[in-house]
Amino acid sequence: MSRNQIKNPQQETRIFQSRIVASILVILLLIGAIFTRYFYLQIIQHQSLLASSEQNRIKTTPIPPARGFIYDRNGHLLVENIPTYRLQVIPEKVDDFKKSLNELKNLIHLTDSDIDDLIKKKNLNRPFKPLIIKNKLNEKELASFMVRKHMFIGFKASPYLIRHYKYTDILAHVVGYVGRINDKDLKRLDIKKYKGSEYTGKLGLERFHENQLHGLPGSLTVETNAQGRVLKTIEQTPPISGKDISLTIDIELQKTAYEALGELTGSAIAINPKNGEILAMVSKPGFDPNDFVNGISHKKYNRLINSNQKPLFNRSLRGGYEPGSTIKPYMALAGLYYNIINSNYTMFSKGYFQLDNQARKYHDWKRGGHGLITIKQSLVQSVNTFYYQLAVSLGIDRIHEFLKPFKFGELSHVDLLAEKKGLLPSREWKKAAKGKMWFPGETVITGIGQGFLVTTPIQLVTSLTILANKGSYFKPHLIKSANPELKKIPYEIPKNYWDIVHQGMIGVIHDKKGSARAIANKNYLTAGKSGTSQVYGKKEEDVYNRSLEIPFHLRNHALFIAFAPADNPEIAVVVVAEHGQSGSKVAAPIAKIIIEKYLMDILKLPKKSNEK
Amino acid sequence: MIYSNKTHHNKRHYIDWWLTAFILLLMSYGLVVLFSAGGWVLVKKQIIRLALGLVVMLLLAQVKPEKLAGITPWLYVMTILLLLAVSFFGYESKGATRWIKIGIRFQPSELAKLVIPLMIAWFYRYRVLPPDLKSVGTSLLILLIPVFLIFKQPDLGTSILVAVSGLFVLFLAGLSWKYIVGGFIALASAAPVMWLFFMKEYQKQRVLTFLNPTQDSLGSGWNIIQSKIAIGSGGLFGKGWQNGSQTQLDFLPEHSTDFILSVLSEEFGLVGVIILLLLYLAIILRGLFIASQAKDTFNRLIAGALTLTFFVYLFINAGMISGLLPVVGVPLPLVSYGGTSIITLMAGFGMIMSVYNHRKLLKS
Repeated sequence: MSRNQIKNPQQETRIFQSRIVASILVILLLIGAIFTRYFYLQIIQHQSLLASSEQNRIKTTPIPPARGFIYDRNGHLLVENIPTYRLQVIPEKVDDFKKSLNELKNLIHLTDSDIDDLIKKKNLNRPFKPLIIKNKLNEKELASFMVRKHMFIGFKASPYLIRHYKYTDILAHVVGYVGRINDKDLKRLDIKKYKGSEYTGKLGLERFHENQLHGLPGSLTVETNAQGRVLKTIEQTPPISGKDISLTIDIELQKTAYEALGELTGSAIAINPKNGEILAMVSKPGFDPNDFVNGISHKKYNRLINSNQKPLFNRSLRGGYEPGSTIKPYMALAGLYYNIINSNYTMFSKGYFQLDNQARKYHDWKRGGHGLITIKQSLVQSVNTFYYQLAVSLGIDRIHEFLKPFKFGELSHVDLLAEKKGLLPSREWKKAAKGKMWFPGETVITGIGQGFLVTTPIQLVTSLTILANKGSYFKPHLIKSANPELKKIPYEIPKNYWDIVHQGMIGVIHDKKGSARAIANKNYLTAGKSGTSQVYGKKEEDVYNRSLEIPFHLRNHALFIAFAPADNPEIAVVVVAEHGQSGSKVAAPIAKIIIEKYLMDILKLPKKSNEK
Repeated sequence: MIYSNKTHHNKRHYIDWWLTAFILLLMSYGLVVLFSAGGWVLVKKQIIRLALGLVVMLLLAQVKPEKLAGITPWLYVMTILLLLAVSFFGYESKGATRWIKIGIRFQPSELAKLVIPLMIAWFYRYRVLPPDLKSVGTSLLILLIPVFLIFKQPDLGTSILVAVSGLFVLFLAGLSWKYIVGGFIALASAAPVMWLFFMKEYQKQRVLTFLNPTQDSLGSGWNIIQSKIAIGSGGLFGKGWQNGSQTQLDFLPEHSTDFILSVLSEEFGLVGVIILLLLYLAIILRGLFIASQAKDTFNRLIAGALTLTFFVYLFINAGMISGLLPVVGVPLPLVSYGGTSIITLMAGFGMIMSVYNHRKLLKS
C-alpha cells in the first residue's frame, strides 16, 4: 500500500512540473477564449451593440401638435381644445390590478365589463407602458380620485387636451368630429405626421380640412438613465400647431336655422349668392360630436344608428328629395330660352292636362283649374297644368340639357366629403338604369319636379344661387376664401327672361294670390317657390283626398327655396322639412325666419316703417 | 537544515517584489475603473480594504509554511464548525444565509476558500504521490463537506470556488488523468440530478437566463444584455474614462461589484481588457513559478492551487459578464468593490509569497 511505499521526490517534482505546464496551457487557452469573446463583442458586434447603447440612452418622444381651432365667420369660437384629465396606470407598479380597479369603481364610473376589458388590455400591454383607465374624468371623479390617490400607487390622473364642440347638435353635420386614430386611419394618414397624436378628423370639416387643422409634430430628444428619468435635453423641435380655420357659417344664423326647423327633421341651407359662402347649414336631427371624441359607447352608438330619425345622416349633403314645384322657375326659364313661350304667353288652366290619345289626366292642385294664366301667375299660383304642357313642349332632352348646367344631378363640390349626387333623368339614363325607353308621361311629371328627379339640399341651393345671380355662381363653400372663382352657365339668357321668372317668384310671396304670401316682410322683397316632395306615389285621383290622417312617416316632404332681397340677393335659402306636407305653410315660414334674421338682424337692412 | 534566506538575504522581512508589483498595478488599475463606476466614496473604502489586504499578505508572507501546516487541521475543524454555525445561527440577507456575527459580520465560506486547499495539501504532505484511489476518496470527503454546507446557504459561486481550489490540489498532486476524465463524466451525468433535486429556483433561473437571455429581457436577462451592450459598445479603445453611458446612466447593474469588468470594457475598450488580462496573466505565471520553486509537497500544492483558484475567479467573472458562462456571483479578483474576497485573496497571496520566501529547505 502507498503508506508503505517510499516517497520519490524526483518523480513527484517531475509530475508536479508537468501539471504546472498543463495548467499554464489550459490557462492560456481559457484566456484566449475570454479574449476571443471580448474581441467578438467589442470588434465584430461593436456597431450593433453601440447602437443598442445609444438606444438605451437616448429617447425621442414626439410632441403632438395642438389642433387648430374652428371659428365662425365673425370669429366666434366653435371648436376648441380644452384641458381635461384622464386616469392612467403603469401596470407593473400595481400589486393587485383587479382589486385596485374594483376599489376605483367607487370613485369613478367603471362598469364590470370595462374592468374585464382593462384586465385583458393589461395582459397585452407592456408592464411599464401607461394604460388608460378612463378618459375625460368629470370634476367629481377627478376630485374623489385626487384625495385618495395615495391609496392607488401606480395610478395617475394626467392632463391632456380634448377636442370640444361647443355647438353640439347644431353644427354636428358641418364640423363633424375627430376620433381616436384606428388601423383604418393609419392606412390613409402619413404616419410621420401623426407621431404622438391620438386623434384625427373622421367626419365633416374636421376630416376635409385635416391637413390644415392637424399641424406637424415636434420631437423631444432626451438622455435618460435606466430608470427613465430625464437627465438632459439633447434636442427639441417644437411642434407646429394646426392652423385655425374660419368658417363662412354665421353661428347666430346657424342657431336660428336649427331652431326654426323645430321638431321637424330635414335640412336648411343659407348661402350668400354673391360669393358662395354658406351662412348656415343644418341637418336635423343632429348629434353630439363630443361623444365620438373618446370613442362612443356601444349603447349610445346603437341608439344613434337605430333611431328612425337617422341623426347621423347628413341630409344637407346626402338627402335625396324630389324637387317638386321648386323646379318650376327653372322650367319657365327653359321655356323662355327655347322660345316655347314668350313674355306675353298665357294659357288656360282647366284643371287637368292630357297627352294626345291618352286617357290619363294630370291634375292641377286646384280643382277646376286656375283659369287664364300668365308666366308670372303660373309661378305665383304654382299651376301644374302650365308646366305639364311646357314640359311636353320642351321634351325631356331639352329639359335635361337645360337643367344640367344648373347643377341638377351634379355634385356641388362643397368642401365636405361624401356628398351624394342627385338625379337628372334623360333618355340615356333610363335606358341604362332601367333598360326601358322614355315615356312621354314621364316628361309630364318632370315638369312639376316629380318622377325620377332627385335633388339634394346642397345641390338645390347651388341651383338657386345660379337663378338668383341670373346665370353666374360660386362653388358653395364652408371655409372663407379670399377670391372665390366666379363661374357662369354656358348659355346666354336675356335679362328680361330672368326678370320674368324673378317676378313670378316674388309674386309667390308678395302677390295677393301668392301661395306663400304669409311670409312676406315689408322691409324687403323676397323671391321664392314652394315645393312638395312625394314620399310615396299616390294615384292622381287621390291628390284631392290628401288628408291629415296620413301617417306622419308617409306624409310628403315640404320644400321651399327663396332669395332676398329679390333685386339684389344677399341670401338664398333652401328648406326641406321632412313630412312637412306643405311647402308654403311649413317650409316657407322656416325660410322666412332665416332670411329675416340675416337681413334684419345681421345685415341690419333699414326698416321701411310706412310701407305695406 | 539551512534556511537559504539567511545566507542570501539580510532582510528580516520577506517580500516577493514581482508579485507585489503586479498586484499593486492591478489594484491601481481597478481603482481607476472603480472611480468611474462608483466615485470617490467607494474608492476611499476600497483603498482601506486593499491596504488591509496588503498588510494581511505581508504578515502571512512572514509565516513559515510549516507553522501553517501545523495548525491546518485545527483551522479545518474550525471552518466546518463555523459553517455549521452559519446554517444554524447565521443571519439572512437577500435570501441567503452566509454570515454570522462574531463582533463583526463574518462570512465563514471565505475562510473555507483558503482552509480547504490547505487541508488537502496537508493531507498529502507526507503521502506518496500520485494519490491512490483511497486517499482520493478521503480528500473528496474533506472537500465535499464544506462545499455542501456552502452550496446550501445558498452560495453557488463560493461553493464552486472552494470545490475547484480543493480539486486543484488533487490535480497538482498528480491525480491520474483517468480519474480526472472519469470525474468530468460523473459530473456531467450528475448535472440533471443536481438540476432536479439540489438547485434552487433562482439558480435554475440563472442557468436558463444564461442559455437564453433575451427570453426574459426585462427580468433576469436584463443584466447580461446590458453588460454585453456595455462591453460591445466600448469597441477597441472604449468610450473614455467616465464616459460609458451604460455605466454612468445606470443601465449596467452592479457596476461596481460583479460587473466592474463591463465598466472597464465600455470605457477602455478591448485595449483595456487586454491590459487587464496581461496583468492577471503576469500574477498567475508568477504564482505558478513560485509553486514550481517550492521546497516540498505541501508548499507547492498550496501555492499552485491558490494561484489556479485566482485564475478561476477571473475566468468565471469575465465569462459570466460577457455571456460566456451563467451568472454565479463571482467578483473580479482584487478589482470588484467588496471586502471579504479581497482579504481572502490577499491572504492567499501571502501564503504563496511565504512559500517563495521559504523555498530552499533542501538542496538535494
